[in-house]
Amino acid sequence: MSNIRSAFNGGKAFIPFITCGDPDLETTAACVRAAVKNGADLIELGIPFSDPTAEGPVIQGANIRALNGGVTTDKIFDFVREIRKDVKIPMVFMTYSNVVFSYGADKFISTCKEIGIDGLILPDLPFEEKEEFIPQCHKYGVDLISLIAPTSNDRIAMIAKEAEGFLYIVSSLGVTGTRSKITTDLKSIVDVVRKSTDVPCAVGFGISTPEQAKKTSDISDGAIVGSAIIKIIEKYGKDAPEHVGKYVKEMKESIK
Amino acid sequence: MTNPKGRFGVHGGQYIPETLMNAVIELEKAYNYYKNDPEFNRELTELLNEYAGRPSRLYYAEKMTKDLGGAKIYLKREDLNHTGAHKINNVLGQALLAKKMGKTRLIAETGAGQHGVATATAAALLGMECVVFMGEEDTVRQALNVYRMRLLGSKVIPVKSGTGTLKDAVSEAFREWTSRIDDTHYCLGSVMGPHPFPTIVRDFQAVISKEIKEQTLEKEGRLPDAVIACVGGGSNAIGSFYHFTNDKDVQLIGCEAAGKGIDTFETAATISTGRLGIFHGMKSYFCQDKYGQIAPVYSISAGLDYPGIGPEHAYLHDTGRAKYVPVTDEEAVCAFEYLSKTEGIIPAIESAHAVAYAMKMAPEMDKDKIIVITISGRGDKDCAAIARYRGEYIYE
Repeated sequence: MSNIRSAFNGGKAFIPFITCGDPDLETTAACVRAAVKNGADLIELGIPFSDPTAEGPVIQGANIRALNGGVTTDKIFDFVREIRKDVKIPMVFMTYSNVVFSYGADKFISTCKEIGIDGLILPDLPFEEKEEFIPQCHKYGVDLISLIAPTSNDRIAMIAKEAEGFLYIVSSLGVTGTRSKITTDLKSIVDVVRKSTDVPCAVGFGISTPEQAKKTSDISDGAIVGSAIIKIIEKYGKDAPEHVGKYVKEMKESIK
Repeated sequence: MTNPKGRFGVHGGQYIPETLMNAVIELEKAYNYYKNDPEFNRELTELLNEYAGRPSRLYYAEKMTKDLGGAKIYLKREDLNHTGAHKINNVLGQALLAKKMGKTRLIAETGAGQHGVATATAAALLGMECVVFMGEEDTVRQALNVYRMRLLGSKVIPVKSGTGTLKDAVSEAFREWTSRIDDTHYCLGSVMGPHPFPTIVRDFQAVISKEIKEQTLEKEGRLPDAVIACVGGGSNAIGSFYHFTNDKDVQLIGCEAAGKGIDTFETAATISTGRLGIFHGMKSYFCQDKYGQIAPVYSISAGLDYPGIGPEHAYLHDTGRAKYVPVTDEEAVCAFEYLSKTEGIIPAIESAHAVAYAMKMAPEMDKDKIIVITISGRGDKDCAAIARYRGEYIYE
């Protein structure tokens, strides 16, 4: 069983997403530590990509700021190595297939293991293409996390049966970004998941308020928040860690 | 040549968000059904012939042939199609398919604007709603086509993200599709993206090589020695090559946009400067940096200004069946001017890349050899930009 499971052992999990290097890696490190201190259960670290096709404008902006700041995959590996000394909760990378492929899947995934990354989320790698990286993930013991979408329908059970780490349930159609309302019937998706696997599932895309986090984690095992945190980082820049900490605390409280 | 998972050798595949998986599966099922449906084929053939003006002419460029003094040159006149480019072949097929699938709305990306205009045209004809995504920089380079799309009843959305060119328009169209799938078909304009698009678009464009074959047999009693076409994503090229892939004596040559040269960063020549990667739903060759970040490419031609190439071209390159050569802005502009003055045909700046390579190749060949150049589109849209390139500022 992977380390990721431990994030879900103490009740509902709160999972913040942070783009590495936005605006710089020192700020990212401080944001991660603030999130951990204030109750985050698992950290999703974004490796920026030039053309993030699954992201809305907010996370696109973070990707551009990070890349313009000169962050690279190697610098991010070094950064994780450093924060791993004191950050004990599970951490996963969220990036795009080409970032892994271009680095060399074997080299990328073995490095993940070496520096203490527990899983990999690749929004442009559906079930049909996971053979691209599954052999290396299994070889080194890094979970390849699958996503389920509101349009998955007859695919939910198939995906859930082979799930590892946790299942990322996409709350809404479209790209990442905050939404005033989530209308997908998440409960019926989770019901199918529960029948197919005991791997935990967390809901992401569109969640920004404590009420939304409570509502989605009530029916699943946790809530993932990206754009709302990126907005805080965008607004406060180097002063963001304190504000990120405060936000994580409030969100974690709401789902306890 | 496609295996069930949409692979061309190692290339192709379906690297897309889960949200879109059922949409592409539904599209594949519908396509596999309708491509064998006599009624669908009858309707499509009628649209292609009566509306788009097919078959397009295979014109013997006598003056050009004599001037270059080598191989006999024929021009496959896709520029004479309705809307002025080969794009209409694919769009009529996809729009009709989408309509059969019960979709009421088309979205599309466009670079030079030709695919956007073709999609807007098909939407007007078939009574569908249409939204076209176009890089902001391209809306300036191709202002006339923006107006044409609006005139045809489409909405044009300038894309500001990234480099504001074709790749960003593709990304934005994919983003839009993930947010609205039920009533919307993404009418992809080239032989790229996730399976089944590279196969569907190829099949709809294959009419070009089918006609070239029939027409050269009729006019010359034999097949051509070389078929030359420009390549961005590669739809007119794959259409021009497809029915010749088993005729090993026919050389297939794709002309990539080298921009200011393949030894500069201002280039869009994927085969010459790119490497294997995964982007926009497919595995293929892409211009990218050492960490896999997609490179900001450049070409004078908005339609070839794309950092990747369709997976079937990547495969034809791997196997050596087709050859891909870089052509610079300067060479393309010279060819644009040459064909205009010599034959009275103003080619699209995209197509001028193919003309430029033929101008180098023909004089080296014997007079009994035959070259076919696909003129993928007409060049009216480019006149203002080429005038600017030559330092002349005109109002459109």
